[in-house]
Amino acid sequence: MLEKNPVIFIILAFVVIMIGTTVTMIAPFKWINGPADRIAEVKPYTPLQQEGRDIYMREGCNNCHSQTVRTLAADVERYGNGGSYSKSGEFVYDRPHLWGSRRTGPDLARIGLKYPDPNGMWHRKHMDNPQSVVPASNMPAYAFLNQPLNFAYSERKMKLLNFPYTRADLDELKGKSEMDAIIAYMRKLGTDLPTKKAEAATQAPAARNNPFSDLKAVKTEALSLYAKNCAACHGDKRQGSLGPTLKGSAKSDAELFAVISKGRAGMPSFGSSLDEQGIWKLVTLIKLGKHDD
Amino acid sequence: MNAPTRYVDDSTKGFMIWSIIWGTVAVLVGILISLQLAWPQLNVAPYLTYGRLRPIHTNAGIFGWGIGSFIGLFFYITQRLTKTPLWSPGLARLTLWLFNIGIASAAVTLAMGINRTKEYAELEWPLALVVAVIWVLFSVNVFMTILKRKEEQMYISLWYIMAALVGVTVLYVINNLGVPLHLFKSYPIFAGTNDANVQWWYGHNAVAMVLTAPPLAIFYYFLPKVINNPIYSHRMGIIAFWSLIFMYLWTGAHHLLWTPVPDWIQTLAMAFSIMLIAPSWGAVFNGYLTMGGKWEQMKTNYLVKFLICGITFYGLQTLQGPMQAIRTFSAFIHYTDWVPGHVHMGTLGWVSMVLFAAMYYVTEKLNDTEIYSVKLADTHFWLVLVGQLIHSITMWTAGVQQGSMLLATNPDGSLHYSFMETMIAIFPYYKIRAISGFIYLAGLLVFIYNIYKTFQKGAVAQTAKA
Repeated sequence: MLEKNPVIFIILAFVVIMIGTTVTMIAPFKWINGPADRIAEVKPYTPLQQEGRDIYMREGCNNCHSQTVRTLAADVERYGNGGSYSKSGEFVYDRPHLWGSRRTGPDLARIGLKYPDPNGMWHRKHMDNPQSVVPASNMPAYAFLNQPLNFAYSERKMKLLNFPYTRADLDELKGKSEMDAIIAYMRKLGTDLPTKKAEAATQAPAARNNPFSDLKAVKTEALSLYAKNCAACHGDKRQGSLGPTLKGSAKSDAELFAVISKGRAGMPSFGSSLDEQGIWKLVTLIKLGKHDD
Repeated sequence: MNAPTRYVDDSTKGFMIWSIIWGTVAVLVGILISLQLAWPQLNVAPYLTYGRLRPIHTNAGIFGWGIGSFIGLFFYITQRLTKTPLWSPGLARLTLWLFNIGIASAAVTLAMGINRTKEYAELEWPLALVVAVIWVLFSVNVFMTILKRKEEQMYISLWYIMAALVGVTVLYVINNLGVPLHLFKSYPIFAGTNDANVQWWYGHNAVAMVLTAPPLAIFYYFLPKVINNPIYSHRMGIIAFWSLIFMYLWTGAHHLLWTPVPDWIQTLAMAFSIMLIAPSWGAVFNGYLTMGGKWEQMKTNYLVKFLICGITFYGLQTLQGPMQAIRTFSAFIHYTDWVPGHVHMGTLGWVSMVLFAAMYYVTEKLNDTEIYSVKLADTHFWLVLVGQLIHSITMWTAGVQQGSMLLATNPDGSLHYSFMETMIAIFPYYKIRAISGFIYLAGLLVFIYNIYKTFQKGAVAQTAKA
């Protein structure tokens, strides 16, 4: 009978399709973004951040960058930047979500925690010419974002999205470039939640004494660690670029260890990506490798 | 019935030609973006950056090549299976015009950065409306032809076609619900985790309703025609059909494993993905068993090669897919290049192979002549097969390598490789993949030449008759 009545057939096909749809797509609206998901600290985007988000969408950044840290140890370690895995409540203001499906570049859910520099100098240099900071990167250059931001629709956006805003927020847009906006957006990503950073700062490094006193013994490893982790900002010969020159230092070994491990204004922390031995090797290189070696 | 039914095929021809053109665009853009991944300096202007071009590649492939050819072939198949002329040839011609305007505008607006970012639903609201109108016009035409049919029994192909008509409509409309800001920008009505869940309910079922049901409809029509055998089992077809369209809709969240989407949705998606192996392989075996006693045609009939290779890739795809939907395996390969490898086995191996066979067959019928060159068709077959295999195998290897490196930790729990080390490791694979694109393109050009020459041959024969 079914094979002979197209009207009944098509209605039945619709019903069958709607069963799984109802359970896995419609029913979850009851729970997702509900009270249990809410996180008080999570704030909506400011007009500048939302403009930046729209530029992020326009340029299709989501084609290469995901924005969700999975509940996997390696994900939290690599992309958490001191924060934990992503939670539903962090995304309640995201229309649309920008979780992405491919990590050609790294996840950006908590990129705001990585480079604390308030001027976003790392981002500026990186967006203008990614290879100048990360030589092997395959990211396109976005220097063309250094053009005036069109904010004609900003207020209407805030109203449509039902985000709070003040006159001062809107005034802030004047004279801003598209680059300023996208960096404001990236600096906001992942920063709403309290992070483990506060805890980390109070944790003293286990060993205060540099176990290495002879540079020769650790030089090869130290140079390789340096090339991977530091050269992008401090220059391939430690001559300095975004960050200061690293040929010798007035700081004590323990102070240098703390800076590398915990980061400081403008510099990300490496405590989660380098082990203690590795950090001491770098300290040794910085302190003892005074010349162009 | 005395007079033979007069079928109307001008729109089938139009859709075939235009879908081939858009398919070529998809391959060309694909090659360009594959080169950009290896050589970023090829991102020469804002509208030629990877982020803007990649949606053009996927949209030209899915909507231009996929949906365009399905519309053309469904007009053809539906008329034959119902023994009824197309309900409205004028509406079909209008649909073709709208289709080309829609796809061309899609390419232009995406290059301008007008982009909703939801995968395979990137087009902003005015164009999304155009897509919906195209689909409704096409659906009405096909459905009215079925309603007015002269053949009472509806063959399996018609079921898959009708399921696609309903399914695509529901999926596309819901995932595009939004509030317009102005003509070129809108915001979805869903936020965050809800938006993600809706998106992948759509994303995965676009695979069901666009890249599975329609090619199956085409396969089930053309394989029996080509080898002149009846379909092996009507009953198996019924069971496979209903369980396929029932199970698919539960599986979207396997794209979101380990994310904030509620665990129970992820688990259901994983379980139903594995269950989907059964109906998928039901369809595969129905195909294989239909070949009963005629396997020697794999050597002698170039169309059989395309069709059987296509359904085999469908079988492999529907084994690999459920494997990827398992949490542990997903943790390993998700977000890596494994996934593009998987997708291209489905699109280049399964969907395109079946479409090539159908287009050769229809071109012969429409021109009432044999194909211009079987030898060229064989060359085409080998080039696209080798191109696709190199693409997929290279990307799987890259995915396994990058996945292992990303998860590798030192004894103290810190990560062993920096992100850049994992990227540097896969550059060689990117270069090989770009080469595979050129091989595939060569195959496509041979196909286009062969089709062109066959139409030319047909035109000459027509003139001679007149």
